[in-house]
Amino acid sequence: MLETGRKVLFKGNEAIAQAAVNAGCMCYFGYPITPQSEIGEYMSAKLPEMGRTFIPAESELASISMLIGAGTTGTKAMTSSSSCGIALMQEGLSAMVCAEVPGVIVSVMRGGPGLGNIAPAQGDYFQAVKGGGNGDYKVIVLAPSTVQESVDLTYRAFYLALKYRNPVILLADGILGQMMEPVEFKKYPYEDVDTSSWALSGAKNREPRFLVSLHMLDGEMEAITRRLFKKYDEIAKNETTYEEYMTEDADIVITAFGTVARVAKAAVKRARQNGIKAGLFRPVTLFPFPDKALHETAKRAKIVLDVEMNMGQMLLDVRSAVFGAAPVEFFGKPGGALITFEDIYDAIMKADKEIAQGGRV
Amino acid sequence: MEALVYEKPKCLKKDGAFTFCPGCGHGVVLRIIAELIDEYKLQENTIAISSVGCSIFLEKFFDLDVAGASHGRSPCVATGIKRSLPDKFIFTYQGDGDAATIGFNETIHTACRGEKITTICINNTTFGMTGGQASATTLVGQVTKTTPKGRKAELTGYPLHAAEIVANCDGAAYVARVAICSPKHIREAKKAIRKAFEMQIKGLGYSFVEVLAACPTNWGLSPVESMNLIKDNIEKVHHIGVFKDITSGEEK
Amino acid sequence: MGRIVIDKERCKACNICMSVCPKKLIHPSASVNSRGLNYAECDDKNHECIGCAICAHSCPDVAIVKVFK
Repeated sequence: MLETGRKVLFKGNEAIAQAAVNAGCMCYFGYPITPQSEIGEYMSAKLPEMGRTFIPAESELASISMLIGAGTTGTKAMTSSSSCGIALMQEGLSAMVCAEVPGVIVSVMRGGPGLGNIAPAQGDYFQAVKGGGNGDYKVIVLAPSTVQESVDLTYRAFYLALKYRNPVILLADGILGQMMEPVEFKKYPYEDVDTSSWALSGAKNREPRFLVSLHMLDGEMEAITRRLFKKYDEIAKNETTYEEYMTEDADIVITAFGTVARVAKAAVKRARQNGIKAGLFRPVTLFPFPDKALHETAKRAKIVLDVEMNMGQMLLDVRSAVFGAAPVEFFGKPGGALITFEDIYDAIMKADKEIAQGGRV
Repeated sequence: MEALVYEKPKCLKKDGAFTFCPGCGHGVVLRIIAELIDEYKLQENTIAISSVGCSIFLEKFFDLDVAGASHGRSPCVATGIKRSLPDKFIFTYQGDGDAATIGFNETIHTACRGEKITTICINNTTFGMTGGQASATTLVGQVTKTTPKGRKAELTGYPLHAAEIVANCDGAAYVARVAICSPKHIREAKKAIRKAFEMQIKGLGYSFVEVLAACPTNWGLSPVESMNLIKDNIEKVHHIGVFKDITSGEEK
Repeated sequence: MGRIVIDKERCKACNICMSVCPKKLIHPSASVNSRGLNYAECDDKNHECIGCAICAHSCPDVAIVKVFK
């Protein structure tokens, strides 16, 4: 199962698929969409020969509903799509949160809005983190920045989905999906979660169970929502993950997630070589967002520079985390336009100038 | 000595009185399903899928495991469950607004995949729970909340005949349309639902039974008048019959 | 000779049982149940019920909970 101790060259999408296989994913349901179609293609070759389920669903509405079905039985299952396809899944995401059904959704972002284009983008931060579905709810969102991390976070996505009985989105972009990198498939590192206390299996020697998302009794929906939010507090306490790079003494702290953070890291290195104290703060979990850690880091900084491949989406979470501890600047490119090393380096230089001029504080 | 010839099915909840309007056809169909689950000893092995509409509250009526689905997606949820637990008995309980309108794509593809599940689709030619608006199956001329002067074909087209279309899907093993409008019809309905259950138990493919049932409240008729409307009117448009039965070797 | 048992609390007085009973033995009761409805009542003084269970099979509310023959 490719759980080798050596590195192999893998395309991001296929690495995610293989990681899901290693994690024990028994069912994959999906509908093709660029730039993530290789996930379904890989699964169609692997799963049936292992006696597992691959279904080419008729739509993303169907995919997510099949995922719900598998999830209600406590079975590890996954679907994947991209921007406009994930949009169709919002109905199911909201429903599965309400019914507390686990499942893994891989979202490989492309340019938008609308059909947009097939270039890599980060315009679906809101879609994943704030949700396009109805009601008060949250989805756990993991944002890898390398193919290796895509593998490791796919493992974690399966574990967290079952541990918290909540959908988990692995939020990648077209660069990660299409890029080839050396990757090591370690053994799935988590223990299997016991689902026997809630999963549907037929009411044998126990009371019947129901996992539904309609709760009409007076006060029932309020009570459920409050319980869900207690769970989110628990998730925030236990699972918040981030990476800090040279932020200890940084005057300029860049915030970025996913592939943009890699480019930012290179720009930080160059800035340091030129004597500019730059650093990088990279949220790995977008929900739960590492707001406390970012606030502490921002307190030491002179400026926080948020960089995203969109018009400023994570920016809102960054601002609310920084909460006045430092001025927050933004650099972004939307619509599938790539952010280059030079772009970020220039933005750092601009921020440095601002600091030298006394900033906008 | 008197003998017990009929008893309330055991898999119905003791205190789970149906919440439907008086004379609603849902209750008869749920009772038939419950009887068959008892008869085939499926209670401990069944997961039912509730849908959106008056068909939703299965967990309040049955002592069965129940999974909920969004509007029209019951066959997909059922698919996910059946593929995860192939030995379980899985049925979806849907209305025409669900299975034949918003979710007809899902219905057709589930049939084409030959998914080994059973769908019972209650067709009362209207969106019952939302107050009686026109659905895909509404008859031409029928007055509903959204066809106040009767459905006009030139404006909103013609009724969709779900069973006939599903029967054309190669993966469908058994497809029938029955009606709940007389004791004889009810016997026939039970026969069809039994057959549909057997198809799944034998692993032969997808089974779909469309049931013409009364919605007295939204039709503005008494329960007894509603039964007559099915016989005299709806059956003339949505014909009853078996449209596919791969075990009979003949198709009607 | 037959006999039916009606759970008057489940009955919604739709009167379908009355329309299908071949012996016309079922009638609305004079009193009401907790829903305020004149529930179905089997009036079989002359032991005419044949225990055919047509009423039970036609009842949309499973209010006819037992039939004996």
